[in-house]
Amino acid sequence: MKIEANNVRVSYGSEQVLKGITMSIKKNTVTAFIGPSGCGKSTFLRCFNRMNDLIETCKVEGQIMIDESDIYHPKVNINELRKSVGMVFQKPNPFPKSIFENVAYGLRINGVTNKKYIEEKVEWAIKQAALWEEVKDKLKKSAFALSGGQQQRLCIARALAVEPSILLMDEPASALDPISTTKIEELIYNLKASYTIIIVTHNMQQATRTSDKTAFFYMGDLIEYDDTRTLFTNPKKQKTQNYITGRFG
Amino acid sequence: MRKGEKFIEAFLFGCSALTLLTTVGIILVLSFETIGFFKDVSLIEFLTDTQWTPLFSNKRFGIMPLLAGTFLVTAISLVVAVPLGLVIAVYLSEYAPGWFREIVKPVLEILAAIPTVVYGYFALVYVTPWLQELFPDQVGGFNALSPGIVMGIMILPLISSLSEDALYAVPKSLKEASFAMGATKLQTVRQVLIPAAFSGISVSIVLALSRAIGETMIVAIAAGQQPRLTANPLVPIETATTYIVQVTMGDVPYDSLEYKTIFAVGMTLFVITLVLNNVSFWLKKRYTQAYR
Repeated sequence: MKIEANNVRVSYGSEQVLKGITMSIKKNTVTAFIGPSGCGKSTFLRCFNRMNDLIETCKVEGQIMIDESDIYHPKVNINELRKSVGMVFQKPNPFPKSIFENVAYGLRINGVTNKKYIEEKVEWAIKQAALWEEVKDKLKKSAFALSGGQQQRLCIARALAVEPSILLMDEPASALDPISTTKIEELIYNLKASYTIIIVTHNMQQATRTSDKTAFFYMGDLIEYDDTRTLFTNPKKQKTQNYITGRFG
Repeated sequence: MRKGEKFIEAFLFGCSALTLLTTVGIILVLSFETIGFFKDVSLIEFLTDTQWTPLFSNKRFGIMPLLAGTFLVTAISLVVAVPLGLVIAVYLSEYAPGWFREIVKPVLEILAAIPTVVYGYFALVYVTPWLQELFPDQVGGFNALSPGIVMGIMILPLISSLSEDALYAVPKSLKEASFAMGATKLQTVRQVLIPAAFSGISVSIVLALSRAIGETMIVAIAAGQQPRLTANPLVPIETATTYIVQVTMGDVPYDSLEYKTIFAVGMTLFVITLVLNNVSFWLKKRYTQAYR
């Protein structure tokens, strides 16, 4: 198992938002987290790269193992962890730098100075993110000159450039138009070969199109976790049934 | 429209017109007297002569020594205030715990509330003697260094407070993106936050700069009254503002050439600050365009 979560509980101050989640995720699969707003799916996603640590009042208990090592162990170097667990956010958030420098960022903060190596890696990452043809002639231009969909693929390229083994995606297409969304979904499908991907989404069609497994969260609990096809065609729990048929959420 | 409302509208218009007229009036008087001055002294002499001695029998009208004095003190104040102000801004916005920030921010604002005359004699009675102990026999009773340092402290809150606002205005999503890449706090500050807030930070520096150039009291008290074309911060100098104080406090006859010099000097200062304010306005405009 690539990722194993064991009785993970998260609270913000006195409010408990995750009430003991246990699940395991296989290597090179796409797992979708679905559920209504406030169900804890994004919070859970942010446990895997310890982004929750940035919130002062946030407390994470339980255990998360990645490649069989406990990522909440006191000796873990958070910066190293985040280099191996990339993240793409809901809204495209490129840095106010050139397209090239955005993708090179991860390499530069790692202390890479070999110009040729950086150029190769940047090109490779942008190609992986299916953006190369659109930007190869304007790498020196500001990232803000790109469209929203292109910016999001640039953010994916930025995350891929440091070669993480896991890619976390927090509603990566929710701020994009349908065509850009399709491109991101195709990309997710293709990236599966090399990465373990977890995607949080509000869009159930997106979950069916992109993921192998789906986890349904509700009010801080993991209600059901199964193969995507099974979960959507033959859910075992009433709550899941209600949610996927659109009765609430 | 009702009569009362029309009256109110006219009154409000009058108020705004008054400020406009005052500004125009001041500029006109300034220009008029400056033109009068340049009837007697050529612009070339004004800009290129290296002596400023309008109050002596051998009159020379080169503005350079005054500007040199002004820029020397200003440069010293920026050397003090820019690094310190930036470090304070970064620390307060990114590192400091909440309670520390709550205490330090208001204290910094108090620095801005201290009357400049207090800063002036603080420079003269505390900082200058301290400098004289530090560099024995080299520091004059009046010098550029002491008021420069003190002026740096005076403009410090301007830089730290505006720069902190600029850093704070950087979208949280950028910070998150950087941390999610595995960047440390320092890397995030240096490579993402400061570049993203760069225009805002430069605005704060330009505003502090024009404040320092126009500052009068501190230099009038502690820098001396000897117009001198020098880069040595330890000897007495005179700034443009101090010269104006010196003439207006003295007994120069009205409408004489000496009297007109202060308008020419005032005009020079006005032009410099006007240019600087426009620079900061332009930077601000660029700054707001970056994140809509």
